[in-house]
Parts: sequence; C-alpha cells; structure tokens
Amino acid sequence: MSCRILIIGATSAIATAVARRQAVGAARIFLVGRQGALLRALADDLRVRGAAEVDLEILDALDTAAHAAVVERAFARWDGFDQVLVAHGVLPDQTACERSVDAALAAFDINARSVLALALLLASRLEAQGSGAITLISSPAGERGRQSNYIYGAAKASVTVLAAGLRHRLASRGVRVLTILPGFVDTPMTASFAKGALWATPDRVAADIVRALEAGFGTIYTPWFWRWIMAIIRSVPERIFIRTRL
Amino acid sequence: MTGWSKRVSSWGRLNADLHRWTVLGDRESVVATIRHGGLPFGNGRSYGDVCLNPGGTLWSTRGLDRFIAFDGESGVVECEAGVLLGEIIDVVLPRGWFLPVAPGTRYVTVGGAIANDVHGKGHHRTGSFGDHLLSLQLVRTDGELIECSANANADWLRATIGGLGLTGVITRARLQLRRVAGAWLDADAQPFETLDAFFALSGAATRDFEYNVAWIDCAAGGRGVFFRANHSASCDPLLPPSPRRFPLEPPISLVNRLSLRAFNAAYFRAHQIRQGRRQQDYRSFFFPLDNLLEWNRIYGPRGFFQYQSLVPPVAQLEATRAMLQEISRSRMGSFLAVLKTFGDRPAPGLLSFPAAGTTLALDFPNQGENTLALFRRLDAIVLAAGGRLYPAKDARMAPSMFAAGYPRLPEFLRFRDPGIASSLSRRLLGS
Repeated sequence: MSCRILIIGATSAIATAVARRQAVGAARIFLVGRQGALLRALADDLRVRGAAEVDLEILDALDTAAHAAVVERAFARWDGFDQVLVAHGVLPDQTACERSVDAALAAFDINARSVLALALLLASRLEAQGSGAITLISSPAGERGRQSNYIYGAAKASVTVLAAGLRHRLASRGVRVLTILPGFVDTPMTASFAKGALWATPDRVAADIVRALEAGFGTIYTPWFWRWIMAIIRSVPERIFIRTRL
Repeated sequence: MTGWSKRVSSWGRLNADLHRWTVLGDRESVVATIRHGGLPFGNGRSYGDVCLNPGGTLWSTRGLDRFIAFDGESGVVECEAGVLLGEIIDVVLPRGWFLPVAPGTRYVTVGGAIANDVHGKGHHRTGSFGDHLLSLQLVRTDGELIECSANANADWLRATIGGLGLTGVITRARLQLRRVAGAWLDADAQPFETLDAFFALSGAATRDFEYNVAWIDCAAGGRGVFFRANHSASCDPLLPPSPRRFPLEPPISLVNRLSLRAFNAAYFRAHQIRQGRRQQDYRSFFFPLDNLLEWNRIYGPRGFFQYQSLVPPVAQLEATRAMLQEISRSRMGSFLAVLKTFGDRPAPGLLSFPAAGTTLALDFPNQGENTLALFRRLDAIVLAAGGRLYPAKDARMAPSMFAAGYPRLPEFLRFRDPGIASSLSRRLLGS
C-alpha cells in the first residue's frame, strides 16, 4: 500500500519539492492550496513523475472557518493519511510591517494563526487514527528575535512551540510530530536576496523533510549545519547581541 | 513592474552585466509579465550572448518546470518550457524511453533546446531537437497565444525552432521520445592519426552506429579519438550520480599552451592503450562534462569562447584541415575539441544550425585581441567553404557572416516579436 501524504500549502517551493520526491516513490498525494490553476498544474506534474494518485482541495488558509470542512473531506476521501506536511507561509517585508500594524497582523495571521488552527485539526485526526506523522515547517528565525525579521520570527517562534507541544501531547498516541527549521532556501520567497554558500535548494531541504516524515524525531535543522549556527546565535549574550546588525 | 536587478553571465563567462530578472512562475501569468519587453532565459548554458540582454529584462523560464502529460505507450511527453532535459530523462528512462536527441549537457531547458535547435551525437540518424517536437505554445509580447504544430501554424513552428528566443516565449511543448531497453550504451573508442582516417571512420560508422563523435587534438594536427555507440540491450541498474563541483575561480586560465599539450598527449595515449568495446552508462557517454559542475570556471575570470563551425561536404576535408592548422599554429585552443559529421536531412527550423557537412567545436580561453584575430582567420576559411557558425555558441561573429551562413534569415525576420531582443540580435540583426 503506497504512502498517503497530505500537503497544505502545496505550491510553495519546499512543499512542491517534497511532493515531487514522494511522487517518484509512487505515493498518493493530496494537495491543498489557495491557487486552483497552480494546484492542478502541480497535480499533472506529480502524476507524470510517478504519483500513484493525486487529489486536491482549494483552501485559503486565512479562511479558518473553511478549515474543518476541507480537512474532513480530505481524510474521508482517502480514509486517513500516513504523513501530513504543513508548509504554507509568507516572508513579510519587515519595514512595511513596522510601518503598518495591519501588514504585521496579516503576516502573523498566515504564518502563525492559520497554522495553529490547521495543526490542531490535523493533530486530532491523526490522534483518532492512532498513527502517522505530522510536520510543521517553522524557521530558525523563530529561535531568537533579530531586528531584521522579528515579525516573521515571532510567528515562527509560536509555530515551533506549537509543534513541540503537539509532539509532547501525541507522543503516547502513536503519532510523530516533527519541527523542520530550514535555513536559507533559494525559493521564490527569497528570490531577490543575494545568494551565498549557506543557501540550499528546495530539493536539498525536501530530502531532509522526506526522511523526517518517514522516520525522523523532534526538531530537524536543514541543512544540518544550521543546528550549530543557531546554537551559536542563541548563546550570544543579549547585551552583545543587540549591538550586532543581524 | 516586477523583478530585481541581477548580474547574469552566459556559460562562457565573458561578462556579467546587470539585468532586470523576472521569474515566470506559472503559465497563466506569462502574458502579463512579458508585455513590457525582454528576453526569455532558460538555464544559461548557451556560451555567448544569445541569452543575454544587458540593461534589459530577462524572463527566467525555470519557474515553468512542470510536466503536463506522459504517455508510456506512445512515448509522447508534454511539459513546460523550463523543464531540464535531464529531468525528462530521470522521469522517462525508468519507463523505457529516452530523449530522441541528447546534446552535450543535461542542464538545458526544453525551451532553450528548441530555441537553439540543439543537436547531439546522433544527428546523422535522428536529426536535431526540433525534428521530434510535435507541438508548442508560443506567447507573444502583445498577448497573442500561438499553438504551433506540423498541422497548425507550421510556419511559426519552423521560425521558433532555432529561433534564438526571438519569436516569443515558449511556454510548453510536446516531444516524441525514443524507446530504449535501459541506461547503457555499447560503445567503443578508436584512436586515429589523420583527418583522412577520421572521415573514413565517420563514413563507416554512419551505417552501423546511432551515435558517433570524435575528440580531436587541436595542438597536434589531425589525430584524435573516434567514439561510436548504440543503445545497449542491457537493463542493468545505474549507480546514483555523484557530480563534483569545480571549487573556485582560478586567477588565470588553467588551460594554456603547456597544460593543453600535456593533457592532450596523455588523453590520446590513454585511448591507444585502452581501445575496444565496452558498456558505458548514458551519463558518461552523453554528458561527460556534467560530472564536474561549474567546469567553466577553469578558464579563469576572463571567461572563454567556443567556436563551432559547420562546413558542407564538398569542402569538409580541406576546410577542417585548414582550420586545424590555423589553430595549431596559434597555439591557442583547449582540450575540449569535438569533430562530428552531420547527416543530410532537411533542417526543421529556418535558422537551424545542423546541415550536411562537418562540425568542429572548440573552446578557447579569452585572450582578447589574439583570440579574436584567430577567429577572423577561421571565419575566412568557413566563409570560403560556404559554411556557418552556431549562434548558441557565438559572442563575436559579424552580421555579414551570420547572413551568409543563414540564407533563410529574411524569411525568419517576419516572425520576430518586436518586444524581444538579445545582445545577439542587436549585434547580428541590428535590433
């Protein structure tokens, strides 16, 4: 029986790379996202690449009232899932957010609030099922507030804590909860940034996510070296840290 | 307007000018993105300036990287134009299909392969990339969508195959693949001492081998190694690839007079010792250079040129000999020197490069005026022979040379998109 995977935010670069890797392994892939035409194009792509079956539902994650029905339909259609990936999010313009509270709240809503709402629904489903793995994509930006992107970081910090709490709650119920912390990834979200040696491709990150979904545990930095970069960044005393330009 | 400022080089790394860089992320948004003018850009593997538009906009097609359909019975694959040829192989080879035409690298996009009508070691059997194209969709900067195939808008298809990206943006294409048993080739390598021996080997191999190509020692007259192959019946599994990356840019070109002579002599001798038949995996046969990512750095910060010419059959022996003599006398050139005889099938595109005759391709480290002067001497030989140069490799030919080599150019010009221009089009076509 091939693996059933549910992907929220499926047209994001990292989620697409995960879906493509799973397609090669003949998985059954259920896509959820906001843009119908893009989702359908991705579904065709995954079928050609070898997916055993692809289905999709259109959902705007900000529309929390619609979450339950979409999750309900997805779980009913394939009688549950072995793996769930929550991958949607935006990288807000920090300066715009500092000028406009509405912009900051909008970014926080999509990066934190909608993730909380979906993760609770999905966790309960997997808990009832008594099996499966759920992965939330968070960010090293949530590990320490930095002047350059603390709005995004604050949302991701809440996702990291949410995932840790769910992991604790579901540990005894046969459900694994994974936190993925990708470093710099070369995606449309970061397209205008200058790229250096620390940057990874979405496929490199996807390889780690696929491995985590299959048999991983806890918090996974990807690429691996971010665990050590962040250990250093976390350990810098605040009095010194606030003098840096990070 | 979207996009941001970015320095972009082509594979030859001769310059790195600022461009406005915009990613085409989905087919639906192409019309809106391209209406302000620019140039489609695939994976940047063309050598010269066909993919550059300094100060202007480049539309990266790598966001259009989705497969659309694949029929495992008929071997027809449909995909977006930014899919890499290597990605197609990865998807179709396990199901018993292969590219009908494989160029020298897997890292080119479908759109780029069409726009340059790329060829491979099998031209004498299967022609060029455009010969296997069933249909494509072209989007013009004025918003017009043109579906092209042999039955509908065939004139647009002929103009777009080899059309250097100047007829519009290719968004998707359908391609007829060819059957294979597996990933292996039955190959052999035969050293030869003279150009006459090359033509004799080439003539004989045309009948019995689907693929043939020769490496030639440009520092030592006419010697070289002739490679021939057919697809093997073997279905043995492949080892996963493990490409290395050329780690840094050396301050000067590592390819010079001394290293070239030593390397070429060693390579020739190695093949004298180890000739004969063997089974070779498709990656090392078709894409040997892909195993060293960013190998173009080897030529240092000034970059390099490739000079790829075609001379017709009546003149091929004398013209090739004359070019090799010029190159050998100049003491320039590089290890990467390739000689191949094309078949005589009619070309699918108005500006297709391949035609009956012999093509010689050689890399040259950029040594400024010395290199350009050598090219002018080579140009004279090619022109006198009634030959042409390959625009996908070119960064310096004169407009008159282009016009002389491509007699259907006036016909092509009617299909140009007025919103699209490249460094190459400005240099060779005046706009």
